[in-house]
Amino acid sequence: MTKTDSVDATARSVLRDVLGLSEAQVAEFGADTELFGALPELDSMAVAGLLTEIEDRLDIIIEDDEVDGELFENYGNLLKFLETKKQHDR
Amino acid sequence: MIASYTVAGSQEYCVIRSADADVRICLIPPLFDETNRMRRTLIEVMRLLAKDNVGSILPDLPGCNESLADLSNMGFAQWRLAMRAVCKQHRATHSAAFRGGILLDDTLSLPRWRLAPVKGANLLRTMLRTKIASAKEDSISHTMDALMDEGRTNGLELAGNTLSSAMLTDLDSAVPDDGPDIRSVTIGNGEQQIAGSALWLRAEPDYDSDMARSITADLLKWSE
Repeated sequence: MTKTDSVDATARSVLRDVLGLSEAQVAEFGADTELFGALPELDSMAVAGLLTEIEDRLDIIIEDDEVDGELFENYGNLLKFLETKKQHDR
Repeated sequence: MIASYTVAGSQEYCVIRSADADVRICLIPPLFDETNRMRRTLIEVMRLLAKDNVGSILPDLPGCNESLADLSNMGFAQWRLAMRAVCKQHRATHSAAFRGGILLDDTLSLPRWRLAPVKGANLLRTMLRTKIASAKEDSISHTMDALMDEGRTNGLELAGNTLSSAMLTDLDSAVPDDGPDIRSVTIGNGEQQIAGSALWLRAEPDYDSDMARSITADLLKWSE
């Protein structure tokens, strides 16, 4: 598994766990898949749990000021942010 | 059956199944919000254990669930004392702790089983984020550091929980301890893993009967 693959897999598994989605549903997520606003379960409270779990599974720290509306606009934005973050933390 | 235990002069509730069985496992619940998302599954685990003639106890932590105690007076010292009290009064032979509950099993002299251990700091971070997010909706801006600085002096209301400065400090520093006689399992499909999903993370409380069966099977094998 490459580094990028593992960030992608981790992001999908956290979304699955937090939102209670099936494996098949998260497998269909593409870069354009809308998250915040499109998934009823994903409210600002769910985002809090999501961020901490992602931090834990990827061993990164996400600062308060890095979290904005765009981050959860679609899956592509989230993945790009996490991949950059993971790269920089190494 | 709803029963009770006494700690620091107060009565707290607990749920008990098969009190007369030879093996009686005290289930230490996840902390704060996470406990609500796991409770139904834990109650099902208790029912399944009873079918195999294994007893179990699920206590309320003082200040949580049906407890009349004031959460703002609690810290880990009080919670650990409560877990020792319930285990002693209901003669637990084993403990099974879930998520943040594992941070409270370290003073029990029982064989310990743990599901998905978590650091206290992670639980705290999620609660701080929730507070920051809800304040943002009211156009108030907070940072984690500033909230913690305030909390260490005056305590803090986080996600509906009034936490004392002691509780915040305890949470911030608590990490799973190591020791003999611990079986630690996580979620997954491998060795030392339980088939299921992270119910405690769910945005909407959910229930998983297969996971309850999987937890029960592991507990039965471990405690026999």
